[in-house]
Amino acid sequence: MFGSLLFAGSKCSLSASDPSEALSARSRFVPIDGALSLVSGTLVEEHPTGGAAEPASTVRVKRIVTEVPSAVDRRFNFITMGAGISVLVLLLLVGLFLLIQSSDALGQTGIFTFLTRTEWRTDVQPARIGVLGLLTGTVLVALVAVAIAIPFSVFCALAITEYSTAKRRKWLVGVVDLLAAVPSLLFGLWGFLYLSDKIVPISRWLSQNFGFIPLFKTQSDASLTGSIFIAGIVVALMVLPIITSVVREVFSQTPPGEKEAALALGGTRWGMIRTVVFPFGKGGIIGGSMLGLGRALGETIAVALLLPQVPQKIGESIHILQNGGATVSGFIANRAGADSFTTSGLLAAGLVLFIITLGTNMIASVVVSKSRSGAGVDI
Amino acid sequence: MTDTQTDVVNDEDIVDTPEQAASVAKAKSAKVEIIGGPPAGASTLVARDACAWFGDRLVLEGVDLTMPKGKVTALIGPSGCGKSTFLRLLNRMHELIPGAALDGEILLDGEDIYATGTRAQQIRMRIGMVFQKPNPFPAMSIQENVLAGLKLARLKCDDKDMLVEQSLIRAGLWKEVRDRLDSPGGALSGGQQQRLCIARSLAVHPNVLLMDEPCSALDPTSTRRVEETIDELRDIVTVVIVTHNMQQAQRVSDFCAFFLAEENKPGFVVEHGETDFIFSTPKDSRTLDYVQGRFG
Ligand SMILES: Nc1ncnc2c1ncn2[C@@H]1O[C@H](COP(=O)(O)OP(=O)(O)OP(=O)(O)O)[C@@H](O)[C@H]1O
Ligand SMILES: [Mg+2]
Repeated sequence: MFGSLLFAGSKCSLSASDPSEALSARSRFVPIDGALSLVSGTLVEEHPTGGAAEPASTVRVKRIVTEVPSAVDRRFNFITMGAGISVLVLLLLVGLFLLIQSSDALGQTGIFTFLTRTEWRTDVQPARIGVLGLLTGTVLVALVAVAIAIPFSVFCALAITEYSTAKRRKWLVGVVDLLAAVPSLLFGLWGFLYLSDKIVPISRWLSQNFGFIPLFKTQSDASLTGSIFIAGIVVALMVLPIITSVVREVFSQTPPGEKEAALALGGTRWGMIRTVVFPFGKGGIIGGSMLGLGRALGETIAVALLLPQVPQKIGESIHILQNGGATVSGFIANRAGADSFTTSGLLAAGLVLFIITLGTNMIASVVVSKSRSGAGVDI
Repeated sequence: MTDTQTDVVNDEDIVDTPEQAASVAKAKSAKVEIIGGPPAGASTLVARDACAWFGDRLVLEGVDLTMPKGKVTALIGPSGCGKSTFLRLLNRMHELIPGAALDGEILLDGEDIYATGTRAQQIRMRIGMVFQKPNPFPAMSIQENVLAGLKLARLKCDDKDMLVEQSLIRAGLWKEVRDRLDSPGGALSGGQQQRLCIARSLAVHPNVLLMDEPCSALDPTSTRRVEETIDELRDIVTVVIVTHNMQQAQRVSDFCAFFLAEENKPGFVVEHGETDFIFSTPKDSRTLDYVQGRFG
């Protein structure tokens, strides 16, 4: 009886146009066979007089047909998968390298102490090192950078997608891409030699008017150059192209029908942007900003030049508008080539940064792909 | 037209409780004031020698057409003859396309909508549009969708709930959605979405409503609902509808204009007049051929 059932199954797969497909479908029947006979066995007991057609109508066998790829596809598949996997392996190797190299410092200091200590002193015995001061600076610089870059990027993206003729659009996209091509060292030098002095009045104004916010307070005798705020502005310039390109991509996918609907209701262009483009592009703005944050967290040369690279505590001594502050990558760049214990400590700090950046980027891509607009955007 | 009616939940199949019926009756006749908007009531729209270009290509030439107040005018004609282009000329959507140009006059109650100093937003507020593909704002709730026009055109209304109810009743959607006004507009069926779009256009109290093949993406039942809606709108707005469906044109319209574009020539109006006349004894043989389905 199962025989006839099975036969019916394989017959229907044999009728498929591609013989190899039919064959593979048939071979997949083998493991199902056991389950099938069991089920129909009980059926036979329940309906001793039932014909072969009856169980066939009650027992459904799921046939999952998969395409059998051609040799070319298989080879190509192999290559692309290989490339994808090797990237993953590389990532793991970097992580592993950092972990092994930093084990010395982490072991001596203790992971918890390392994560929660602000100071970094290798001139005392035993050395007292910790990553918290560096992390604080890193996160603050990145947040300042992204906070400044988001509005600029969004308006830049709008200028490109909504307010430009085709010609100006091309031109604007080119300029923004050019910004991405400037080496970060040049941004750093420019910020250090030129921009710093120009920002000081803004910093002073901010501290005078918003000094009640602890972060914006300054000490009366402090210098206002070499601050986290200035470093943040320079880093903002570097993350601007990334955020802009993600946001622009998302904005340009706004359904034209919805845009026309908003305009046809008597909306202005700006009204249309607020009701249609922004809600649609929300996920892209958030995701792009987090991607920018990931980049800002790791930015090195510019911050190494701009900040004094002295780790500071959260609370009392950290003021983003005045001289001071350190970031993980800037600090590593400044201290590279020191004795082996310091190097190990620096790599431990690098490991922490690696994990944080990876996490930020992963969250960013999830946010973008989950949003309505981001489904088709790869970041 | 009849076979799908049994299994589809239909507006008129839903039986009202007495309170609901009273509420509907009240909303139907209520006068909802919109502050800052156009004067209420249907308007006459007249095209005089209207021409349209895309880049250097003239696609529409010398269209003279009157769309009388409170009537339904159908635009018919083969594909590519410029019906949509003409429709978009009527509420200044044409100019949104890069390279688009125009000539002639469009008079809304005697005033040229393209006169210098007239802003497109004001015109679009008075001349609403329903598109071929339903395009509600998917993330907004049904209620927000209906009120979106107020927000966009910066109008005020003192009784928004009444406006929502009235607009949805007029669009023939109220009974189906009154219990879920907060659910997103994108979650409705295609036909419901199209009626939501009609409600959204009606909520700003336009004088004219333009519809570009509003039923071409809809099933027969929804099509019938939309046609009934158009029929009921006569007193409130002037309707101009583009359709490829001759029966539909006959069913819904009072007047009819036949557009045609000969090979490599711009589109023009072959003839226009009362619908019955166009469909029975047109002057031009091409019109007769088209309405009887012999070409196009
Ligand atoms: N955005 C555009 N750019 C350039 N040419 C266009 C554009 N839109 C329409 N055209 C051209 O203008 C002419 C008229 O198009 P229109 O869309 O008005 O036709 P239609 O009568 O609405 O046709 P259908 O019944 O298929 O919708 C066509 O020849 C078309 O190729
Ligand atoms: Mg069209």
